[in-house]
Amino acid sequence: MQKVISETKKAFMTGNETAAWAALAAGAEVMYGYPITPQNEIMHYWTRLAPKYDRKFLQTEDELSAGFTTSGAVQAGVKAFTATAGPGNVLMQEPFGMAEAMRLPLLAIIQQRGGPSSGTVIYSQQEVTLTTYGGNGEGHRIVYSTATHQELYDYIIKGFNTAWKYRFPTFVLGDGYQAKMREPLEIYDPEERGIEMVKTYPLIGREGHIGENREPQHLCNIYSLEEELYDVVMKTSAEYEKISPEIVEYDENLCQDADVLIVTHGVVSRAADDAVKALRAQGIKASYFRPITLRPFPAKQLREAIAKSGAKKMLIAESAYGQLDRLTKQEIYGETIVIDHLFMPGVGIVDHDIITKVKSML
Amino acid sequence: MITPATPKSWYLPSKPHKFCPGCGHGITLKALGEVIDELEIQDKTIFGCDIGCSLLSWDFFACDSTQTHHGRTTPVMVGIKRARPELITIGYMGDGGGYSIGSQHLLNSAVRNEKVTLILVNNTNYGMTGGQMAPTTLPGQKTETTPYGRDPELTGYPTKGPEFLAELTSDGAYIARGTVAKYKQLKRFIKNALLNQIEGNGFSFVEVLSTCPTNWRTNAQQTWHFLEEEMEKEFPVGELKSPLGKGDK
Ligand SMILES: Cc1ncc(C[n+]2csc(CCOP(=O)(O)OP(=O)(O)O)c2C)c(N)n1
Ligand code: SF4
Ligand SMILES: [Mg+2]
Repeated sequence: MQKVISETKKAFMTGNETAAWAALAAGAEVMYGYPITPQNEIMHYWTRLAPKYDRKFLQTEDELSAGFTTSGAVQAGVKAFTATAGPGNVLMQEPFGMAEAMRLPLLAIIQQRGGPSSGTVIYSQQEVTLTTYGGNGEGHRIVYSTATHQELYDYIIKGFNTAWKYRFPTFVLGDGYQAKMREPLEIYDPEERGIEMVKTYPLIGREGHIGENREPQHLCNIYSLEEELYDVVMKTSAEYEKISPEIVEYDENLCQDADVLIVTHGVVSRAADDAVKALRAQGIKASYFRPITLRPFPAKQLREAIAKSGAKKMLIAESAYGQLDRLTKQEIYGETIVIDHLFMPGVGIVDHDIITKVKSML
Repeated sequence: MITPATPKSWYLPSKPHKFCPGCGHGITLKALGEVIDELEIQDKTIFGCDIGCSLLSWDFFACDSTQTHHGRTTPVMVGIKRARPELITIGYMGDGGGYSIGSQHLLNSAVRNEKVTLILVNNTNYGMTGGQMAPTTLPGQKTETTPYGRDPELTGYPTKGPEFLAELTSDGAYIARGTVAKYKQLKRFIKNALLNQIEGNGFSFVEVLSTCPTNWRTNAQQTWHFLEEEMEKEFPVGELKSPLGKGDK
């Protein structure tokens, strides 16, 4: 496959452009997608760049089709991805559910927009519940929540590897701000950095002659008996739990000694980071914890941060009405730290919002 | 003892198959199996089935097979074919899957002239879920959700799939309607539909008029009568469009 980036380059671009470059650099061969704001430019850049590197694209009739065509491509052993947002993410829960059931290594980039319903085309963190636990399953998915363009680039590359290594559907959860904003980052060829790209392989459409040197493959997602399904789900759950410690990622700052622990994810963690520094300068012992993987969730690490910091209070801040809050509480059940929240559904959060809130808590 | 010849591409561990006695699915899949053998495409065929009674064919063939959600077989086949054009993709679905819940996929893949082959079994009802109305249910026909007979004033007239697909598609498309009552003709249509994909001409579609004695609640004679008389009157059999039209067929 033709190299896309020969040496590391400084770039100044939007998150959507970043996403297209990352998918190219990761060796994605196919994108299937359907237009929706604020994700559109991922497709726009991909359709401009892809033909130059012999990669493919199809604008499908809807998100159901985008998700299912992507599931077809990965079954055939081809590195494929899609991108969507909001109502499109809702429709894609059907194919994502099938990907969970059939362990399909598809990658989806989600640029969250305001909800519920059509909401806004701008920004939110309201697709956390949908992306982590959407569908009629058990949330057997891997979800990276990025905060910067550099992370978008890094985690899209990593996301393809996670998907193909572990065979769980994988999501890179961005948002409209990250999608549309321009900022500096480095783009690079993963192999040049020593990142080995996991080889893809076909689940169907395999080499060889049936009955001579191979058996036919019969993939399915429906079972006749309760016990059959039970066995499959229990096996998947066990595998998911086993690999989770290898996948979990988080970030923390000043958790050695604190009065208040601020928990945020994605782009809001940039405001939290600034707020912690400002509060410390004013003599308030604030600290910062951020799950990078929302599924699996860094529960053990967060419990440790609570213990070692000695913090008596926790603030959960998010651009949603309690989606990270619910996720966090279910993961740290039993902790006695007092939890307060700052919910700003569908609007941005800046350091000032967090600083004011923390001061009101102490 | 003489046993009926079994297509080589059938997967024997899953036989005997699970369709009801008198069901047309088995005949259709026999024709398809023979065609796969004759075209020698078993190793590179991807057979995809929908949810509906077509699901009972998920391990029917000794071909790589995949099964998806109700109505979504078409996009899965499209995704595979575009990613790996050397594979032969066959989507197998019911009239509910193709004409109702998955109609947007059928229509748009036809318009895009996707190089997949789709076989749609028209049994005038939703077989698997217990005999509700399908888009193909005949006017006056009783089903579980039209217990007094389908009233076109309330629910319209039967969907004419091949007719609308023939209108929608461009030159490379192959569109036909066969019936399990005319086995040789049906097999020829299925073969043409696959040849059309192999030649890379475009979208290929065969609707198959089929039987569902279980939900029709008919005996053998009534079943055959409904298929040959009532259904064929509403749904004329034949090739509606073929780019292969030059030589013998
Ligand atoms: C999203 C969704 N809705 C409904 C169903 C239930 N369902 C299963 S099969 C079927 C109808 C099948 O009818 P058809 O496609 O005509 O196939 P047949 O059984 O007649 O061969 C329905 C509605 C489902 N599986 N998924
Ligand atoms: S319910 Fe009808 S279509 Fe389904 S297997 Fe039985 S006869 Fe065939
Ligand atoms: Mg039917």
